[in-house]
Amino acid sequence: MISLAGRDILHSWGKFVFTGVGLGLLIGVTLSMAGIYRGMVDDAQVMLDNTGADLWVVQQGTQGPYAESSSLYDDLYRSLLNMPDVEYAANVTYLIMQVGHGGQDVSAMVVGVTAGKPGTPGQPRYLVAGRHITRSHYEAIADISSGFQLGERIRIRRNFYTVVGLSKRTVSYNGDPMVFIPLKDAQEAQFLKDNDALVQQRRRNAENPDFNRSGIPDLLAVVNASQSTNTAVNAVLVKLKPGTLPEDVAETIRRWTRLQVYTRAQMESILMDKVIDKSARQIALFLVILSIVSAAIVAFIIYTLTLGKIREIAVLKLIGTKNRTIAGMIMQQSLALGVIGFVVGKITATFWVPIFPKYVLLMPLDSIAGFFAVLAICALASLVAIRMALKVDPADAIGG
Amino acid sequence: MSGKGIHIEGLKKRYGEGDTAVHALRGVDMQIAPGEVVGLIGPSGSGKSTLLKCLGAVIDPTAGRMVLGDEVIFDNDWKVRDLRALRRDKIGFVFQAPYLIPFLDVTDNVALLPMLAGIPNSNARAKALELLTALDVQHRARAMPSQLSGGEQQRVAIARGLVNRPPVILADEPTAPLDSERAMAVIRILNDMARQFETAIIVVTHDEKIIPTFKRIYHIRDGVAHEEVGEGRGFE
Repeated sequence: MISLAGRDILHSWGKFVFTGVGLGLLIGVTLSMAGIYRGMVDDAQVMLDNTGADLWVVQQGTQGPYAESSSLYDDLYRSLLNMPDVEYAANVTYLIMQVGHGGQDVSAMVVGVTAGKPGTPGQPRYLVAGRHITRSHYEAIADISSGFQLGERIRIRRNFYTVVGLSKRTVSYNGDPMVFIPLKDAQEAQFLKDNDALVQQRRRNAENPDFNRSGIPDLLAVVNASQSTNTAVNAVLVKLKPGTLPEDVAETIRRWTRLQVYTRAQMESILMDKVIDKSARQIALFLVILSIVSAAIVAFIIYTLTLGKIREIAVLKLIGTKNRTIAGMIMQQSLALGVIGFVVGKITATFWVPIFPKYVLLMPLDSIAGFFAVLAICALASLVAIRMALKVDPADAIGG
Repeated sequence: MSGKGIHIEGLKKRYGEGDTAVHALRGVDMQIAPGEVVGLIGPSGSGKSTLLKCLGAVIDPTAGRMVLGDEVIFDNDWKVRDLRALRRDKIGFVFQAPYLIPFLDVTDNVALLPMLAGIPNSNARAKALELLTALDVQHRARAMPSQLSGGEQQRVAIARGLVNRPPVILADEPTAPLDSERAMAVIRILNDMARQFETAIIVVTHDEKIIPTFKRIYHIRDGVAHEEVGEGRGFE
């Protein structure tokens, strides 16, 4: 038996191909949306991976440092270093800000890191160009997606930094490139006031009688100095010795230091459930809407194509064609449309993904799942047309 | 192929019930021998299409008896289980317009019926080509329907109606869209095919040009078929 669907497609291939291309663009958008979600998740996981930490020690009662702000004294890491299972502990600050670059601002996550050898917590794991930070001030390592070049001078708040190294896939959970600078500079940048504000602050202090007590001549100077320095960090990243259970150490830190500690799994859960949850749900809803729109389009197209063949279907039924054969013809055409659409969608998504400003991760498993979803949607969408075709009366082929 | 044509006794068809019932057929008797071509004429609303649909097993008669070849197919109820198979294997159809399947070439349009009956594609196509040759359209075997003239399309449609060698062919105004010359050519072909394949052919028509060609005519009036002797000109 010949394939009626195949013959019809070959006969009116232009109609099918152009319809398939239109559908394919929609499928391409759907695949890209899935890729955007995967990219967000991957960005979050990569950010956690890049810290090289087993534990995040943050301010008690907070879910910092990514989901909310956290402030710790910068000497707390010393007591953590003394714990038996801790191999390394490093202060870190995170600051989302605009970094000046060639007269334009680049949205970036500025990370303040302590000096240390590559691979220690907080440091970028590897560089694709340049070197690690060796000086105490005004050197930076930037993610390559920031567009910064080696040797370039970038502005963070009022200070200029020289880019000495470039890293790759060091991004924040929302895809912004990371810029690593020395911790002291980051602490200053976080709370640095402009000159006018400093003058105002000092004038207020000078006029405050509490800071001008007789017998304590240097009190005002001490207060002024304390207000223009910052000893806070957002978190302490802890690397454990091999073979240590993170939850055991976390429990010990919680008990003895009165701090909040998160393991890698808990931090990932915070990022997924609190930080990117709404975006993920938004994308999921968009995917559902796109699927419904795709199904509606396929259903409409197949219905219209079938409507144009009503007389032929009546003739086919009159001359003895089984309902199964007619239903099969319509469903095969719908599936063929889906296959054409998927191929076009996959190709277009692959080509346009690199020009997206944020990371889009097209996973093969998503594509496979998408392919079967398209087939299922096309099969379902063809049911309306099949129902109409099966209701066609073979007597309609006979006039009168 | 059977040798007994079609025999109809007291065929009735009623639409609706009670006071609103319409008696489209009030007891039609017909007998068409193998190889015979008869005309079925009558004014609009006389019951021609209803009779054709009953004979074509696409609507259910209310009462009566129909014998196709040796087989009683209806005796106050259908006596065959699969009406679709009955239409496919025992009844050929030729329509007012050819209604060829636009996405199949000429050969496959004709070969489709045997293929539906489970005959292998190559055998079905061989049968189709044999008929296309008999109807002198073998040179258009690979053409698509849209590439054929009206007369060629109608000959292909006749080939499709004949391909399973049915004992009866129902032709519904087969010459309506054709000019006189082509209309006469189609009637000539139907006569030739009826004789060659011993098929009983019923031609429903309004076409005054072709009515004189029938030896026998059934004139339907108010749901009853009246047999008349035709002139039978031209196809001795």
